[in-house]
Amino acid sequence: MTDTSHISRAPRTSSLLTEDARTKKRNAAEARFKIYGIVAIAIGLLFLLVLLTTIISRGTGAFQQTFVTLNVELQESRLDKSGARDIEQIKKVSTFGYNPLLADALSQSIVDNGFETEITKSKALRQLLSTGAIGQLRAYVIANPDQIGQTVEFNFMASSRVDGYLKGRVTRESLARDKNLSPAHLDLVDQMLAAGMIEKRFNADFILGADASSNRPEQAGMGVSMIGSLFMMLVVLLLSVPIGVATSIYLEEFAPKNKFTDLIEVNISNLAAVPSIVFGILGLAFFIQFSGGVLGIQSMKASAPLVGGLVLTLMTLPTIIISTRAALKAVPPSIRDAALGVGASKMQAVFHHVLPLAMPGILTGTIIGLAQALGETAPLLLIGMVGFIASNYPDSIMSGLTDPNSAMPAQIFEWAKRSDPAFYERAWGGIIILLVFLMTMNIIAIILRRRFERRW
Amino acid sequence: MSSGLLLLIILAIAGAGYTASRKRVMQLAHGEIRALHSRPNYYGMATALMVLVPTLIAFAVWSLAQPQIVTNAATKALPTAAIPDGQTIGLVMSDVQRVADGLDQAIEQGLITRDAAANLVSQDTDIRAVLGQAGVALGSDVHAGVLAAAQVYRTTQSTGNLWRSVVLIVLALAALGFGLARSTPQFRARNTVEKTMRGMLLAAACVAILTTVGIVFSLIFNTIDFFSLYPARDFFLSLTWSPSFGGGSSLGVFPLLWGTLYISVIALVVAVPIGLFAAIYLSEYASPKVRAVAKPLLEVLAGIPTIVYGLFALLTVGPLLVSIFGDGGSLGVSWMQGGTAVMTAGLVMGIMLIPFVSSLSDDIINAVPQTMRDGSLGLGATPSETIRQVVLPAALPGIVGAILLAASRAIGETMIVVLGAGAAARLSMNPFDAMTTVTAKIVSQLTGDADFASPEVLVAFALAMTLFVITLGLNVFALRIVRKYREQYD
Repeated sequence: MTDTSHISRAPRTSSLLTEDARTKKRNAAEARFKIYGIVAIAIGLLFLLVLLTTIISRGTGAFQQTFVTLNVELQESRLDKSGARDIEQIKKVSTFGYNPLLADALSQSIVDNGFETEITKSKALRQLLSTGAIGQLRAYVIANPDQIGQTVEFNFMASSRVDGYLKGRVTRESLARDKNLSPAHLDLVDQMLAAGMIEKRFNADFILGADASSNRPEQAGMGVSMIGSLFMMLVVLLLSVPIGVATSIYLEEFAPKNKFTDLIEVNISNLAAVPSIVFGILGLAFFIQFSGGVLGIQSMKASAPLVGGLVLTLMTLPTIIISTRAALKAVPPSIRDAALGVGASKMQAVFHHVLPLAMPGILTGTIIGLAQALGETAPLLLIGMVGFIASNYPDSIMSGLTDPNSAMPAQIFEWAKRSDPAFYERAWGGIIILLVFLMTMNIIAIILRRRFERRW
Repeated sequence: MSSGLLLLIILAIAGAGYTASRKRVMQLAHGEIRALHSRPNYYGMATALMVLVPTLIAFAVWSLAQPQIVTNAATKALPTAAIPDGQTIGLVMSDVQRVADGLDQAIEQGLITRDAAANLVSQDTDIRAVLGQAGVALGSDVHAGVLAAAQVYRTTQSTGNLWRSVVLIVLALAALGFGLARSTPQFRARNTVEKTMRGMLLAAACVAILTTVGIVFSLIFNTIDFFSLYPARDFFLSLTWSPSFGGGSSLGVFPLLWGTLYISVIALVVAVPIGLFAAIYLSEYASPKVRAVAKPLLEVLAGIPTIVYGLFALLTVGPLLVSIFGDGGSLGVSWMQGGTAVMTAGLVMGIMLIPFVSSLSDDIINAVPQTMRDGSLGLGATPSETIRQVVLPAALPGIVGAILLAASRAIGETMIVVLGAGAAARLSMNPFDAMTTVTAKIVSQLTGDADFASPEVLVAFALAMTLFVITLGLNVFALRIVRKYREQYD
């Protein structure tokens, strides 16, 4: 041992106190590596932030709408020439017959308020208002025929471009090539704004209303497609929870170890990875073509929320099965053993003891599965929920399930396809509504997990 | 009798069976519950199941068979003269069905009496007007033959419904009687109920198999139809995709596959480094507090529906890229013509995949045992050297599996490419060109009013089949890699 001390060595150049070049390099590499990780997370969070701010900044506009307050004289000469106030006669005046009333009311208000404008044509003047205004006027007259001959104050929706001007989407420069509205219109709008005739306010119709038509963005609303989504979720909930829970119980508690059980397991894990569009193909070919066409089941038709719900059920099943199995696995075997020990049958042990204890986990998984199904769009495209204009509320539960309808994400896609900035705004607004639903569902799932989750 | 009412009656019979059996065994046992084999509820349940299971199966079978029989009868009653030239029998039959339904509705609304409806003659009454009032609009006046067929349809339908009610109620009552007779204290009711329940659990588990079978069959039949109309060789080898519904279209899958792969590669180039580094940082460096905040926030990206990403690509990322790489953009190059491009869709899809890669890799990195890290650190390696030379090699199979799963997700993604990638199928190397993908073309070929006999529509099924095979193959491959190369540590 002592000999070794005699071996001559080159004097040490480094010490623990001074870093040599190699240590410096290694430490620098260490710091760099750490920074890469921080940068990666920062990029991910930045994307999230950009996405959310884009949605909010572009979408909040859809919840506001520009309205024009206008006094309209319901001229007897145009609406009821006979003067008999016969409702059938009044109904004979078509929607377009109300156009002159609006034009007169607009020119009258220009004269009354002393606005200056170079627009003289009544048709050009009407571009300030939504084309839905005449329908609103007609509905009022038919409901109140005794008001004919009076002057009544109305709140009309402004046309989408006037609305866009107030929201900063439309500018005088962008109107240069627009054939509907000219900068002169905007001058008039400015004057009307100063006079308090035009006002931007909260638009409940966007949340509750129906999708009107592909050329009236100002009237488009989410209400009906929300109902469509609601019915689909009802189908998903009623089918996927019992089937999913039963499958999980079978696989976790009863299934013997054999080839058939393996087959089921392989199928479930593969279904979880099948692209959603393929489920749409299944819906089209099996539910609509085969069940609806060949077998003649009449409620299986294109655009029906029932078919959408069935397709989404099959899609959500793997999610629900996976989370239910995890919840069942988390219940300790001692619970089962205790139940069996006091004489319960296997079935009683599972249904009376294991299942209630696994319930919070199952509920959480179900809600997350439903949230996934609610946002899914691709399969709905194939079963015809896009391209359908959801303009009527269903009148009963049965018709809600089987009458053609749209769904929230399909409605958003439909608006995105219409390539009109006014509809884009609606699409972003629709996304806000959709995300509010998803967020609520996820928060409920988190609360459930926090409150009821038990650890053994 | 309507289906709903019939089902309610069957349910009521089952409910009656439940209470009656329960009462009966209690009576037979003279109120001595210990004399029973099972608890009283099980006797009730056994009878209720005895009623419900066969009756509901019969109901389902009947409801499927009846429309076939009714349609056949009505088709036989339809004279050939009632089919105008150039129309198929199917179109006329749907008219027949509408007339029949309309008459039923008209009776329900009290527009005509039941007798009047049965004795309608098309010359005397304006059937179209009557049906119009009932809310059923018809395209043309009702032909006498159509009316006759509709009457046959109605009578067969109503006889069928009557017989269905009779047969099912008799069946339910018979089952009720049998169940009641069976309910004696010696009857092993619990075992029967549990056996039935087990059968039901198994049936539920088979839904997964049925779904797969359903998917495969819906793909296969239509794909075979397609290949009988269009040569398979051209589909797989042709380099052009130009469908025209007038005929003479060229339907090569290659340009679509190219677009799909190109977009997926860009998505992975974005998602894999970011996701992997995020996972490494979260599992190896981050304090529990940072992890508790950053991990759920990243996973929010995975919970956002794809339609949102699609809109983001179309309206935000696309225009942004054009303002950089487009004509008169800030770089002064004009590589990009429009907002929809491979790059747009790829970038956005990459963002979507970040949490997918990161949470899968996170799990895998966490599964590497701590002792290996401790050993490496004890030898003097820095944490980053430990990660690069010990942890990552150990986790590699899992990470490769995660990347393959992400790739399969990217290939099957639809909404982002439908909105962000464009519609033109082309073979180009420029990532700023608009290209299209398999999924986008499935959507565009199937969302239209074209009939299902043309190759331009049926090609969607062949495309879906290709997609299904590719994604399934990737998944099986990924799982196999994970299983085969996984190191067993404990």
